[in-house]
Amino acid sequence: MDYFFELFLSGLTRGSIYALIALGYTMVYGIIELINFAHGEIYMIGAFVGLVVAGVLTSFGFPAFSILILATIAAIVWAASYGYTIEKIAYKPLRNAPRLSPLISAIGMSIFLQNYVMLSQTSEFVSFPKLIPDFKFLKGYEGMIGSTDLLIIIVTAIVMIALNLFIKFTKMGKAMRATAQNRKMAMLVGINVNMVISATFIIGSSLAAIGGVLIASHIGQINFYIGFIAGIKAFTAAVLGGIGSVPGAMLGGLILGWTESFCTGYVSSDYEDVFAFALLVLILIFRPSGLLGKAPTQKV
Amino acid sequence: MKRSLVLLVVVLMFSIGLMGCSQEKKEQTPAKKETAEKTVEKTEAAPAGGEIILGVPGAHSGDLASYGLPTVAAAELVAKSYNDKGGVNGMKVVVAPQDDQCKPELATNAAFKLVSDKVTIVLGHICSGATKAALPIYKEANIVCLSPSATNPPLTQSGDYPNFFRTIASDDAQAALAAKFAMEDLHLKKIAVIHDKGDYGKGFAEFAKKFVEEAKDHEVILFEGITPGAVDYSAVVQKIKSSGADGVIFGGYHPEASKIIMQMRKKTLDIPFISDDGVKAQTFIDTAGAAAEGVYATGPRDITANPLYAVAHQGFLDTHEGKEPGAFYYEAYSGAIALLNAIEKAGSTDYDKIVDALHNNLVETPVGKIKFDSKGDAIGVGFSVYQVHDGQYVEVKK
Repeated sequence: MDYFFELFLSGLTRGSIYALIALGYTMVYGIIELINFAHGEIYMIGAFVGLVVAGVLTSFGFPAFSILILATIAAIVWAASYGYTIEKIAYKPLRNAPRLSPLISAIGMSIFLQNYVMLSQTSEFVSFPKLIPDFKFLKGYEGMIGSTDLLIIIVTAIVMIALNLFIKFTKMGKAMRATAQNRKMAMLVGINVNMVISATFIIGSSLAAIGGVLIASHIGQINFYIGFIAGIKAFTAAVLGGIGSVPGAMLGGLILGWTESFCTGYVSSDYEDVFAFALLVLILIFRPSGLLGKAPTQKV
Repeated sequence: MKRSLVLLVVVLMFSIGLMGCSQEKKEQTPAKKETAEKTVEKTEAAPAGGEIILGVPGAHSGDLASYGLPTVAAAELVAKSYNDKGGVNGMKVVVAPQDDQCKPELATNAAFKLVSDKVTIVLGHICSGATKAALPIYKEANIVCLSPSATNPPLTQSGDYPNFFRTIASDDAQAALAAKFAMEDLHLKKIAVIHDKGDYGKGFAEFAKKFVEEAKDHEVILFEGITPGAVDYSAVVQKIKSSGADGVIFGGYHPEASKIIMQMRKKTLDIPFISDDGVKAQTFIDTAGAAAEGVYATGPRDITANPLYAVAHQGFLDTHEGKEPGAFYYEAYSGAIALLNAIEKAGSTDYDKIVDALHNNLVETPVGKIKFDSKGDAIGVGFSVYQVHDGQYVEVKK
């Protein structure tokens, strides 16, 4: 039973990260029906900004916890500005182009950002400073879960709740929902659609940056390529939960995390990805729009 | 009308491009023939008897040339040093290079060419595949063949090629050392073997598994592959922990190794971690930080303290304008010394006598004092176990 619980927790950590990144995919898709393949790179850039800021602050002798907070804030600001800029230069000019064009533009952006970071930083793995101090979990259960896992789970939960409240109760949240339903109508009733789209990119990128800093301090190393795999997994999570649905992304992330974790624990880690993607295929066969996705209505 | 004009222009452009290509090709072929003829002249001009012809087949052109050319340089330097001393048993050593581009089909051609040119001994080939293709030809012709770089285990272990020797440790030697170290020095009984599913890591892990299973009272309690680049390995670490393993052997490279060791230490799993030379890198220690302390890794034995190493190194610098020698240079240098020394000791170029001399005589080379075991692997070269100590890999002395 202990073993099951341990796997449950490690799946929860993994799933939280997937969910945090998946939110960006799902929100952008919900608003402009674009799969932003550069989103994984935003996560990676968030991690790199965290690394640089943490390095500078450490040399000034700040305490670890304040470094974590400042580095996360810097990563959020930086990544959000990247998300905003990417939307403006790579997607906005193509908003009325055929659906394939912005997708290609997104892939191009992703490759560009990867290479940009590789050239400007390094292609090697670099170690990420230990920002989250180790603390011992309940006596007797020390090995079950680490401080970083716990922090990831807690932060993700807080972010999820805050985001849901934001979408439900604020004016901007309302405008976002309206834009997601029908962009033209939203425009007609006086919603500044461009601003809503920018806000979506900014929020999605900020969440990815939080994920970047957290996972980097969890595994202790980053390189320019981490965004690709995390991005693919998060995208899978978003599709699993129903792309376009915010609760769906969370659910999808957690289910994906648990699938991988239990599969590793009870079958073999050799087949981790096989199981994860088999699950995706299965769900898409029976629920083509994902777990919580709405079946698309064809506009006539 | 307009469209057909455009089409015409396009066709013209392409045909010009093609012509350019074919012309280039035509120009290339005679040039190649010339070099081939040159080598023929070189080797034919060397009458057998008064000279020892040292065939050096390998990748001398193409994308793997950087593995083959250092061997030619090593052979020439060693030949020169023997010739300066008056040759081997009074015979002058002549180097006869032969390009195989590491391709098996070209390697058989190269081998036939060398055999028909009556080479005395062969230093090569470079790649395992090419070596395997060429060996039967040398065996047929009773020619000793010594490779500085073919690491594929069956080349020696199958016993099919009594004429084959090598101055580099085979792929499984490293796993054998890691497994032996884990079982005999660390007294581990239940070992978890983890790999990264890649050719190198999985090969190492499979050999390690084999060696542990062959030993009495030892078992591989867990054998699994992980996905490189995954965001988190805590489930695998959890699995190692619940399996009750008292040690981990990991096959793969340092990014995954450092993630695993960090999560192991975080989950208070303090069992020994033994890995391969993909992990024996300073980057591993830099990324894993404090978690790296105490990690074991096998790596090539340190030969820089050997005085002959300095001689070989300086010889290359002097003849190549200060450039650093490339891959397998020291293995090739040692191989050439071993071959020529064997002829000297045998007192003749007779096949059986050379083989005997290689098996029975110790010879000082840059990679150490070596002779060859019954299968043809060099005794005295290979790997050592290193341990991270105060942020640095230190050789484990027994």
